[in-house]
Amino acid sequence: MKEAAAALKRKRAWHWLEYVFWLAAAASIFLLPSQHALLTQIAIWSLFALSLDLLLGYAGIVSLGHAAYFGFGAYVAALFAINFYGEPVTGLLVAGVAAGLLGLITSLLVLRGTDLTRLMVTLGIALVMYEIANQMSWLTGGADGLTGMPVNPVLGVFPIYFITTNSYVYVLVVLFILLVIAKRIVHSPFGYSLRAIKGNPLRASSIGIPNNLRLIAVYTVAAAYAGVAGALLAQTTPVVSLTYIDFQRSADVLLMLIIGGTGYLYGGIVGSALFLVAQKFIGNVTPQYWEFWIGFALVVIALFARDRGVFSIFERIIAALRKEKAKS
Amino acid sequence: MLTIFFDGIAYGMLLFVIACGLAVTLGLMNFVNLAHGAFAMLGGYCAYVLVNFYGVPFFASLPVAFMFAAMIGLVAERTLYVHFYNRSHLEQVLFTIGLVFMVSALVDYFLGSQQRFINLPAYLQGRFDFFGIGVGKYRLLIILVCALILIVLQLILGYTRFGSRLRAAVDDQRVARGLGINVNWVFAITFAAGCGLAGLGGALGAEILSLEPHFPLKFMIYFLIVVSVGGTSSITGPFLASILLGIGDVAGKYYAPRYGGFVIYTIMIVVLVLRPQGLFSRGTSK
Repeated sequence: MKEAAAALKRKRAWHWLEYVFWLAAAASIFLLPSQHALLTQIAIWSLFALSLDLLLGYAGIVSLGHAAYFGFGAYVAALFAINFYGEPVTGLLVAGVAAGLLGLITSLLVLRGTDLTRLMVTLGIALVMYEIANQMSWLTGGADGLTGMPVNPVLGVFPIYFITTNSYVYVLVVLFILLVIAKRIVHSPFGYSLRAIKGNPLRASSIGIPNNLRLIAVYTVAAAYAGVAGALLAQTTPVVSLTYIDFQRSADVLLMLIIGGTGYLYGGIVGSALFLVAQKFIGNVTPQYWEFWIGFALVVIALFARDRGVFSIFERIIAALRKEKAKS
Repeated sequence: MLTIFFDGIAYGMLLFVIACGLAVTLGLMNFVNLAHGAFAMLGGYCAYVLVNFYGVPFFASLPVAFMFAAMIGLVAERTLYVHFYNRSHLEQVLFTIGLVFMVSALVDYFLGSQQRFINLPAYLQGRFDFFGIGVGKYRLLIILVCALILIVLQLILGYTRFGSRLRAAVDDQRVARGLGINVNWVFAITFAAGCGLAGLGGALGAEILSLEPHFPLKFMIYFLIVVSVGGTSSITGPFLASILLGIGDVAGKYYAPRYGGFVIYTIMIVVLVLRPQGLFSRGTSK
């Protein structure tokens, strides 16, 4: 019993690479001032991908419509700021709670059925949300987007409105806090029960895990995270449009997570960084055919890396080389 | 009113011809193929190039579109898809979405991103009056061709040796293998034929379905609705589902253009939640 507890604690402890990563992220505030706009985008997509990782990497739910919660959070944050109060952190909390509620309600639809049914239901939810946002143009601005959202200083002291560096600091701090919370969640008994359900739902329920309740809970949390990510994007680029909620966004975030690898929380960060930097370079050369290379990357990753990210390709090559060496 | 009904049937027939291959892929190999629409698009563009650039008659272009999509389907199945049969659904989804992106970008590169129209022969344009119902000639042709295909499919499935092998493989793959049926071979042929039918449907319906590089993503949800609502255990299920979807979609766009999409997606979610195995399935689980 003691050994098990110690092993769990070891897994929960921070890896030295994590310290390096966050130190580097903090250093980038001072060292890379010219790239802060890009880094802000990366941090927001990271948070969005992190929320999908909670679903996919830990609970094994394949979602093709995660942008529904991202977009909902963004619209809620924007409408809240316009109509009530423009303080960003309050906006984040409101957006997170609202998206979480939407997740809680819609999770009941996602529970049933196989992978394919889930895939289509999540896709359908996102399509319905898109249609709603499109049709309720008196509220959401429809196809023109929602503008004129006030962004007050964070907590009344730290202005971020159109100040790139401050926005980056704000987004990075939010990402850090939510990642620490996510780490607590996935290394708790709750997190382990999710992995048990992912591994084998039948066995999980026969050792007494309430599968459905656990899936509802993680879906709600993931939706809330996605909502906060959407709110962050709304606050740092004060326009909310239908692209926040479209299929491309759901596909992109899935792709980022897959590039980085699922099931270790940092996959989304690695993936979104690689994705957005590559988009910047390839997109500059052939903006129109960026889509081709994205598709190519997906096929290659699906063929060779499965869901463990690009690095696993290198790992496998190294492992194969070692085997060869051992033979000779 | 009846004209809308008629148009809806034509639309649904098209959806069925395109999606029936997908039903087999899903039912036989439990493979989630989101790239099925790409084959329909390739067939459509094949006919477009033949008719508009080389002056091939519209009717002659249809079998060519079928063969073209079927050949590409066969090659793709043998080289790429075959690696994914025993993988998780997530990997299949990633792989097929990747394919869609690549095909869309390639079509965009070679043929441009605008919507394309096939030059229809004059005798297919316009409509005539049939007991007070406005009947579009082109849509009538679609219904006739699709009905013919449906009958041929039923005959092949019901009365040939290949059809019985296919049904056996869909019902229970392991037992079918045990009886000496080469399921892989059956599947490769069926996959190619399904892609070919998709290509034929894409060519036939290019006018209705709007041919452009993002066709596969735009219609992906429709094909998925057909197979998931119709179930994969027979072809009558997907057929009824496509007709319902076609009529519902056309009527929705006509009577309530602002809420059409909304209604379709909502109904899909409700059906999937209440009957995860499909509306017309026999209730077997795969």
